[in-house]
Amino acid sequence: MTIDRTRLPIPGADRPFHFPRIVKRTLPNGLELRAVRHQSVPIVSIVLLVPGGSAVDPAASHGLVSMTTGLLDEGSRGQSALDIADRVARIGGDLDLEAGMDAVVVGLTTLDRFYETGLALVHEIVTAPNLANDDFNRIRNLRLERLKQMKDHASALAERAFAQVLYGSHPYGHLALGSEAALTAMTVDAVRAMHAAMFAPSGATLVVVGNRPEDEMLDVAAKMFEPWRAAASTLTIDRDAALQPPPASPEFTLGVVSRPGAAQSELRIGHVCAPRSTPDYHVLLILNTILGGDFVSRLNLNLREAKGYTYGVRTGFNLRRGIGPFVMQTSVGTDVTGPAIQEALAEIRAIADARPATPDEVALAFASVSKGYPRGFETSGQVARSVAQLALHGLPDSYFEEFVPRLAQITAEDVSAVARRYLTPDKMATLIVGDLDKIHGSLPALGLGPHQVLTADL
Amino acid sequence: MQIPHSKRTLANGLDVIIHEDHQLPMVAVNIWYHVGSKNERPGRTGFAHLFEHLMFEGSEHHDHGYFPPLQRAGGLLNGSTNADRTNYWEVVPTGALDLALWMESDRMGYLLPALSEQKFTNQRDVVLNERRQNYENRPYGLAGMAMSAAMFPPDHPYHWLTIGSAEDLRAASLDLVREFFQTYYHPGNASLSIAGDVETERAFDLAEQYFGDLPAGPKVARVRIDAQLDASRNLVLEDRVELPRLYLSWHSPAMFANDDAELDIVADVIAQGKTSRLYKTLVYERRIATDVTAYQSSREMGGQFQIACTASAGVTLVELHTAILTALNELGAHGPTASEIERGVAQTEAQFIYRLQTVGGFGGKGDQLNAYNIFAGDPDYYDRDRQRYFAVTSGGAAAAVRKWLVNAPSVSLSVVPKGQRALALPGAEEVHVS
Repeated sequence: MTIDRTRLPIPGADRPFHFPRIVKRTLPNGLELRAVRHQSVPIVSIVLLVPGGSAVDPAASHGLVSMTTGLLDEGSRGQSALDIADRVARIGGDLDLEAGMDAVVVGLTTLDRFYETGLALVHEIVTAPNLANDDFNRIRNLRLERLKQMKDHASALAERAFAQVLYGSHPYGHLALGSEAALTAMTVDAVRAMHAAMFAPSGATLVVVGNRPEDEMLDVAAKMFEPWRAAASTLTIDRDAALQPPPASPEFTLGVVSRPGAAQSELRIGHVCAPRSTPDYHVLLILNTILGGDFVSRLNLNLREAKGYTYGVRTGFNLRRGIGPFVMQTSVGTDVTGPAIQEALAEIRAIADARPATPDEVALAFASVSKGYPRGFETSGQVARSVAQLALHGLPDSYFEEFVPRLAQITAEDVSAVARRYLTPDKMATLIVGDLDKIHGSLPALGLGPHQVLTADL
Repeated sequence: MQIPHSKRTLANGLDVIIHEDHQLPMVAVNIWYHVGSKNERPGRTGFAHLFEHLMFEGSEHHDHGYFPPLQRAGGLLNGSTNADRTNYWEVVPTGALDLALWMESDRMGYLLPALSEQKFTNQRDVVLNERRQNYENRPYGLAGMAMSAAMFPPDHPYHWLTIGSAEDLRAASLDLVREFFQTYYHPGNASLSIAGDVETERAFDLAEQYFGDLPAGPKVARVRIDAQLDASRNLVLEDRVELPRLYLSWHSPAMFANDDAELDIVADVIAQGKTSRLYKTLVYERRIATDVTAYQSSREMGGQFQIACTASAGVTLVELHTAILTALNELGAHGPTASEIERGVAQTEAQFIYRLQTVGGFGGKGDQLNAYNIFAGDPDYYDRDRQRYFAVTSGGAAAAVRKWLVNAPSVSLSVVPKGQRALALPGAEEVHVS
């Protein structure tokens, strides 16, 4: 049979996809349990989500939540860090400790036959870490050295400086890792106090995903975590600290971190934007897909495919519990820094004004996001993290099932309206990490006012 | 344990491998071309990868971007190039399998008519930016180039990295694109896998329909050049870094060859996780290093065993070097302990099971079937690959350490902050990379 090459095959109808059901239980100590059965390979994923991430860091102690989280697997119940690492390795486990801005997540993926062992391990490191002074000093030094190394990493510098530019002293204004000064001044007592305050069953959610009956998985988890009690702490934390509004506009619109001899300019453009709870969340997803969310976005087609300025450019509405930012990020040739910024700003302005999203673009973005949706639920780890996100943002269990139908209602008018409301070009801050001497001349033409030189101090 | 599949070879030489997995309504299409930067010549480096970029710029019957139709169908797609092979993949909803095969077969059969100078120049600029972003503008980003250049002689294809030299990329021409396509991009030099929500017979039919009438190309001569170091070398590279780092590299067995699995386990024993010997000694106990990694990177023509270790502030690389050599000597003399072997086996077992979680994308089941088909000549190699690790003994690992590491020449590369040559190993010869 000969193939008709005069036209592309038209895809057939999608086979329906249903997100597996979530079985829930609440323990008397307040811990929320969630179980999902995942018919796949014999692997289980365990995710414990504790709300209040680096945004909870005390103002004088940036990095404390991350440090506390990082010390969880550095010894527990009197066993050393090496003992813990050995136990994880012997169950082929993949342990992940992450302090995000809004929550701490402890994740462990292991083989199904080690479910009980893995769960006990997660329970132990979260509820009974040693938090010993010697381990604290060792990890603090490693982190100080990592901060030092980040000074050579253009994208890390940009991330840190841009958070500062957009958020100032707001809880989202610093990196989870913290600063050199804060880490140097930190004490193990502060870590112990943060641990006691942060890791409490009430408000936390434990998600287990594996190929076993949900109730069986929940019974094991309930037995293990029922004795968990909140500890008394000298520290009071505000898990909602990030809900306070950030500065409405940045102090300056053009900042430069100078890196003499840099091979490229690392760029960030954006402004504070909206919380995850915005009713326009789905429309923002579509808007972002069109503007800079995937390969065929306006920005990538322009800056990469038409101009060859960059290897790639991305935008994101990084929505969080508090007001998150809209950020465009890319890395461009030093000699095209000025033109790349101009093009990027022009694209952002245009979608909110002169060249609104077309029905065809909206259709493409919708298809791209909706038809590929089941892909996000292939592994037990993906499913567990998705369910944990529901808990963090207070979303209903029906969220995944309703996602595509909700997306399907979005029109080009909706996208234009949301673009105008959520993108404010006048409030955009632009940050360049690059060779200032070489790009200096191209800055005035940007019309962004005088540039502010920022230091790379971390 | 297996990745169950069926394999047939079409009349034009294309290998087709089908794996069914109906968990989700999606199918993964994956194509490997048995060509990489090892097929390049000095002066023409970086070309295989630049070519990969052009594969996304349209073909005769769809002379537009490769991405939009597939994204409109809900597909995810990408490609990558390394020294030995180039791969391309799409993960699409079940109903879009025809579309993905149409697109892949069109660029396999009909790429050249759609090529233009403008596309070529644009993608060359994109690749030059990729090189700046991932190598030149990244701390320690040039170490790999310096190391490869020292390990292999200038006419050996592993002498250069896949990204190539900026000078060669600028000199590349459209004529070369045509020659390259005709030599390497045809059914006889490729392997297609279709994995996921599809019935095996239907998948074979579709493969035949879309790829069956593409002409078989010229047989590709396999590149085989052995390399060895005549003597150890000691190099230093100044870079924009805060902390000095020591890289040590040895020639090691090729992929799936004797001692390859042994050295994989050795790499884990010395540097994987906190309980590994070097992490425990250097980072955990003595605290003279901030990190240490080791890996046995095995490729078709040979492998490279590499250790990298970053010094804590104020520590010289000599101190790290001595400690690393002591650990290797010890391992060569006595081998891993029973406990270390047991832990390694547990981790290997888990890793092989984790590899069964995804049908598509880099490292998914479709990608693995093609990897085994191309590199081991048999898509069924998954289980034998796994068994290699279970067969590793302490004595075997010790012998491999002695043969390939302790008693063999190596290249040491000190990457130090600009102007701080004193932190390097003494007597190091300066190298320049650009």
